[in-house]
Amino acid sequence: MATFSTNEFKPGLKVLLDGDPCSILDNEFVKPGKGQAFNRVKLRNLLNGRVWERTFKSGESLEAADVMETDMSYLYSDGEFWHFMKTDGSFEQFPADKAAVADALNWLKEEDVYVVTLYNSNPISVTPPNFVEIEVVETDPGLKGDTAQGGSKPATLASGAVVKVPLFVNIGDVLRVDTRTGEYQNRVR
Amino acid sequence: MRWQPDAALDTLRLRAQVLARVRGFFADRGVLEVDTPLMCQATGTDPHLEALALELAPGDWRFLQTSPEFAMKRLLAAGSGPIYQLCKAFRRDESGQRHNPEFTMLEWYRPGFDDHQLMDEVAALIAVCLPAGDADIPRVCYRDLFRQSLGLDPFAASDDQLLTCARSHTDVAGMVLSRDDMLNLLMALVIEPQLQAPVFVVDFPASQAALAQIGRDAQGSPVARRFELFVAGMELANGYLELTDSAEQARRFTADNSLREAAGLPVRAADARLLAALEHGLPACAGVALGFDRLVMLAAGATHIREVLSFVADNA
Repeated sequence: MATFSTNEFKPGLKVLLDGDPCSILDNEFVKPGKGQAFNRVKLRNLLNGRVWERTFKSGESLEAADVMETDMSYLYSDGEFWHFMKTDGSFEQFPADKAAVADALNWLKEEDVYVVTLYNSNPISVTPPNFVEIEVVETDPGLKGDTAQGGSKPATLASGAVVKVPLFVNIGDVLRVDTRTGEYQNRVR
Repeated sequence: MRWQPDAALDTLRLRAQVLARVRGFFADRGVLEVDTPLMCQATGTDPHLEALALELAPGDWRFLQTSPEFAMKRLLAAGSGPIYQLCKAFRRDESGQRHNPEFTMLEWYRPGFDDHQLMDEVAALIAVCLPAGDADIPRVCYRDLFRQSLGLDPFAASDDQLLTCARSHTDVAGMVLSRDDMLNLLMALVIEPQLQAPVFVVDFPASQAALAQIGRDAQGSPVARRFELFVAGMELANGYLELTDSAEQARRFTADNSLREAAGLPVRAADARLLAALEHGLPACAGVALGFDRLVMLAAGATHIREVLSFVADNA
């Protein structure tokens, strides 16, 4: 297995720390006038999302984590697993558990493409695209003619997300939503 | 393709001004500017400094200097009198906010000065180079600094106490730390960032003497006659009342090499020419090395070394 030395630690590098795959966020080289140099490293644990700071002696190394980010389309859920399929034509399928899909759960739509992070070939996280287009399944009736003025109401999307929408939005409308903020962008149709 | 310099042109003009001020400062004081080789047959033994090497001719290796110290001491032994040098120094695997593998060092030696007289001169130079420079820089001893910042005595605390203290500031799981490693970790990670106003730290533990003489402090503990200047949470200069005893120098080379062997690092042959010069006689003197790029960082209000370098290592 490849290893990386502290001087190769760059943001985004995936390494194993205490057996868990981590992504390096920041690496600061600190050295006293004379004596041992250190690297103060910030990492995100990819299994639980926790951000952690650890100090290493400069020159120490960590094993590379077999982490891959792959485009996959969402197929269906059987209640326990959410099934995704590679978009490279291999038709290879991967079941993701609830912890892995947590960040995307509100924004899942069949056939849409998500970034699935694989660790040792198992999905550990699913990242939705920045914008999704999903149909409204429940909201108060739209107010005709009120297309410009302020005011908002909650609407439930087919994926289960509840977003604040303008008053003119109706059931059956397809909305564009920013998944990072959960904010309504516009009505697509 | 990125080809533009890292530093703004105005910063490079400021850099040139600071260089001119440094040269003016030493000219006024009768200190001779010298220029020693960057490629050397010997290098230092310090286990925490790795020199870069290059092949001059097949099988004929030279080290790029990590500092001009050995060559300058040979000049002093030859009777040069007070000397200074502005030069490039090279250190492997040193890269970061305040480090570039190739950097500019200002180093000078003062025969007849002790460490305190040299600190006065460093302070005078800072006052000339920095807009808000003040020639009156306080001195605090290493022991008091640890007591004030961390509530422990670095000479008396047990290894366990030091480790507990280090753990309370950062996660050091899995690291094998010697006593000096723990002190260095606390110094670099915790104390150094607190040293915003200029201050000289003096009376380092004898185990961190490097090439300084060893004396005793008021409590009778053996301490290194070594000082470091910190400004804006950054180490700017490191000075010594220089070791002149060639036998003691040879012992320290050997001790360093034992540490190198234990750590699996290449052993570095002692610089025989330096030892011969010390044998001949190095005048009693104090010497100091100052990171010139960092001085320019302070003058320019820069937070990253790349802001004061024409081209940083990965743009060179």
